[in-house]
Formats: sequence, C-alpha cells, structure tokens
Amino acid sequence: MIGLEVLYVIGGAFFAAIAVLSARDASNPKRWKNTAFWGLFAVSFLFGSHLPDFVNGLVVIAMVLTAGFGGLGQGLPATTGPEERRESAARLGNRLFLPALAIPITALAGTFLFKRPELAGLVDPKQATLVSLILGVFVALTIAMPMLRARPITPLQEGRRLLDTVGWAAVLPQMLAALGAVFAAAGVGTAIGQIASEWLPNGSQLAAVVAYTFGMAIFTMIMGNAFAAFPVMTAGIGLPLIVLRFGGDPAIMGAIGMLSGFCGTLMTPMAANFNIVPAALLELKDRNGVIRAQMPTAILLLLANTALMYVLVFRF
Amino acid sequence: MLSLIGILIVVVGFMARMNPLLVVTVAALVTGVAGGMGLVEVVETFGKAFEENRYVSVIWIVLPVIGLLERAGLQERAKTLIGQIHAATTGRLLLLYFVLRQATAALGLTSLGGHAQMVRPLIAPMAEAAAETHHGPLDDDTRHSIRAHTAAVDNIALFFGEDIFIAIASILLIKGFLEQNGILVEPLQLSVWAIPTAFCALAIHGTRLMLLDRHLARTLAQAR
Repeated sequence: MIGLEVLYVIGGAFFAAIAVLSARDASNPKRWKNTAFWGLFAVSFLFGSHLPDFVNGLVVIAMVLTAGFGGLGQGLPATTGPEERRESAARLGNRLFLPALAIPITALAGTFLFKRPELAGLVDPKQATLVSLILGVFVALTIAMPMLRARPITPLQEGRRLLDTVGWAAVLPQMLAALGAVFAAAGVGTAIGQIASEWLPNGSQLAAVVAYTFGMAIFTMIMGNAFAAFPVMTAGIGLPLIVLRFGGDPAIMGAIGMLSGFCGTLMTPMAANFNIVPAALLELKDRNGVIRAQMPTAILLLLANTALMYVLVFRF
Repeated sequence: MLSLIGILIVVVGFMARMNPLLVVTVAALVTGVAGGMGLVEVVETFGKAFEENRYVSVIWIVLPVIGLLERAGLQERAKTLIGQIHAATTGRLLLLYFVLRQATAALGLTSLGGHAQMVRPLIAPMAEAAAETHHGPLDDDTRHSIRAHTAAVDNIALFFGEDIFIAIASILLIKGFLEQNGILVEPLQLSVWAIPTAFCALAIHGTRLMLLDRHLARTLAQAR
C-alpha cells in the first residue's frame, strides 16, 4: 500500500540529490554547510522510521547546529535569464499552464478516487490527498519534460534553486510541530490552562466570551497552532464558563472558538508554514511581511468572532 | 509553571531575530528539562516528534517541477495573460482568487491552492502584472507588499473556508474533544456555525483588497 513511507523515500531521495548537487556547486561559498544540512535531512527522511528516537534527535540537533550559526548559502544553478524566459513563454503560450495545473487536478482526482472501496488497498486512505499531490508532481513532470526537452538533471537543479531561496526555513514548520510535542509532554498546556482559569473574570457572559475568543487567539499565537490551543482553552474557559455556568451552546462555542484561534494563526511567526515559509518562497525582504499583510484582517475578524459568539451562543 | 520558560525563550528569541531553528531547539530542550525530563529523554521526545511530523515537509517535492516551469517562462506567461485583461486589477484578481479558494476549501478541496504550487508560480506574478498594467513599473517595496498580500489571501481564504466542510481535521478535533467531555455534536452542527465567520472574512478581506487598489493607485502616482 502506498502511504507515508513511500513519500518519505521520494522526499529523502530528493533531499539527498540536493546535498550532492550542492557539494558540486563551487559558486556557493557555504556549499559544505548546505551539503551537510540537506544530507542530514535526507537521512531523517530515508531512515527516520528505523532509527532509535535518540539518534533522530541527534540528527535534528546536528542540522540546527549546521544552519543555526551563519545560516546556509545560496548556490547558482544554471538557469535561464529574463530574456530567454520571455521568448520561451511566447513560444510555448498557454501550454505552459498544463503541467502546472496537472498538480492540483491530479491531487483532486486522486483524493476522490483513492477513497473508493475498489481502490482502498492501493493507497492509504488517510494519506490520499498527500499521495495524490505527489503523484501530481510526477504527472506534471511527465507532461513537461518532453514538452520542454529538458535534461533529467534540470528539474533537480531548478528545485535546488528554489529550495536554496527558502533555505533553513523549509524545515521550520516540522521543527515547530516537534516543539509542540515537547511542550505537550512537559505540561505547558496544563500550566497555561491553570493560569487562565485562575484570573478568569467571574462576572458576565460577555467577559467569559471575550476571555475565551481572545484566549484562543493568544494561545494559538504562542503555540503556532489552533489545534494545540483548543483543548486547553476549551477545558479551562469554554466548557466550565460558557457552557456549564451560562448555558451556552457547545457546538457554536466550539466552531467559533476554533475560528478565533485561526485569527491567532494569521498573526504569529510560530505558524511558520503559513507565514514564514511563503515570505521566503516569495523572496520578501521582511520575514514578517505576510503577517503584516494579514494583521488588520485578523484583528477585525477576531472582534467579529467575539461578537458572533456573544450574540449566538446563548440563543440556540 | 517552570515549563513556561520555553515560551519566554521563543518570544525573546523571535523578537531578537535570532535563527528560529536555534531558538526552537533551545526552547524544546529547556522546556523538557524544566518539565522534569532527563536530557536524553528530551532529545528522544524531540527526535521522535520531528520524525513523526516529516509529512509536513513532503510538500517540497513540488519544487523541481515548479522550478522547471519557471525556467521555461511560466511566470512570464501568467503575467502576459493578465496584462491582456484590462479589467484585471490587483485587488479584483486577488478577490477572485479569494472567493475561489474559500469556496473550494468549503467543499473540502484544500489542496487546490498553496504557496509553493499556486502562489509563487501563478498568482503572485499575475497580481504584480495587473499592478504594472495599470500603474506602470513597481518599486521593490510595492512589489513585495503585493506578494505578501497574495500569500495572505491564500491563507485567509483557506482558514475561513475549510471549516465549512464537515470532514476537515479541525471539525473532527472539536467533535472528539466535546465527546470526551460527554457532549455529543454532529459535524454538520459545527460546520454550519463556521458560515457566519466565513462571510465576515469575505466582507472584511474583500473590502481591504478593494482598498488595496486605491492604495496602489495613490502611492504609485506619487512616485511618478
């Protein structure tokens, strides 16, 4: 059955190729750091499931020590210049969109197809979307390679060009997910829940709603993830106050509470895959540029959620 | 309470603009030890969690094909296409993408967007080209601000669309948590109550996108 393990082997092979190509790129002054970083990441992808936890931990720490001081370098893989690209775009026209759109279309079709009972044994149904997305990459390559008459090494070199612009930030989301697990194991959530319930406003319905929606947003900003904040805040404030004391509707509380947490996600560098990675991918000067663009909407929407919850939760 | 020291490390480290990988790792190690784990146990917990979350980084496999298409002029073609449509302004284009992204996410089709596969190769160059068509060449600050807005649209439309779909992870998490506390709710009951916020998000961010067009017109007219 095709599941995560197959994707990890493909990913590991890609990162290993990046490591090798980085080592051969003399234009990058830090090429050995890039080689070590992506090589270690390849080890984690290829062998992580079989290595002891302690060794996996040491691999991560070695990666952090490699990139943490002075960062990684940027290679100069041979690519096309602006003039060549304009000519190529004019020559190929809208055919260029075909491989690009093949990725989401395959992802979409696969998500439905692989969940059908006849095909259930082929792909792990829990990973159907991710498997389909990566399948889409191969469909796109199959269309694009002959169309562009590209050499087999070219996509890997172009992939390295993009991965080098993202740099170490590419690993940050996974790292933050691991931090969340350590926080949970060390009891950070329970400690925050205690603090929240200790200085809780005793009085009004409005105070309870405000404490819950703003608490969700703020705790999400700290953890980088509304999923981590929801159980803590709902056990600390939502259930005891809004539902049990004031008789609010638990479904409305849960739904709007989670969406208040999402407002927090828009405002924190801890949600790296949504905020920091795109800033790197779009080559923004300001690492927090995406957060800045989202901030006004996030704050207004948090106020809207608070108002919605106050108006709706005690009525149904 | 001592375990909260990790949060302090993260906040201070991010504000001091230290390398986030370093900050996160130090925070994890200190938090674990402060929470009563031995150093070996903390490294094991961190390593295991990193290993279990590898699926988060699988998305980078799309980069070779995106890079290959960029090499052949995908961004340039996207720009040409948008430049031909005179009605396409940056704000209107982003609003259209917002509506499509939110509507498809509400149907559970969350993989139809994304920063690596849609925003960088297609939507961001289109948004820049629309601004160039109407206001002439862009300075770097404006160009970066337009790009940041493109990423923001992808995020906001996704977040406030996906919860309308009944089988999305967050809805299942809410249902599971309430169930543990003896409250039974149907996923549909939860997703229905995500609709008012979805409309608020569309109204608020849609207004901001229309104002973005006016802001671009004003700042770029001044610059010339």
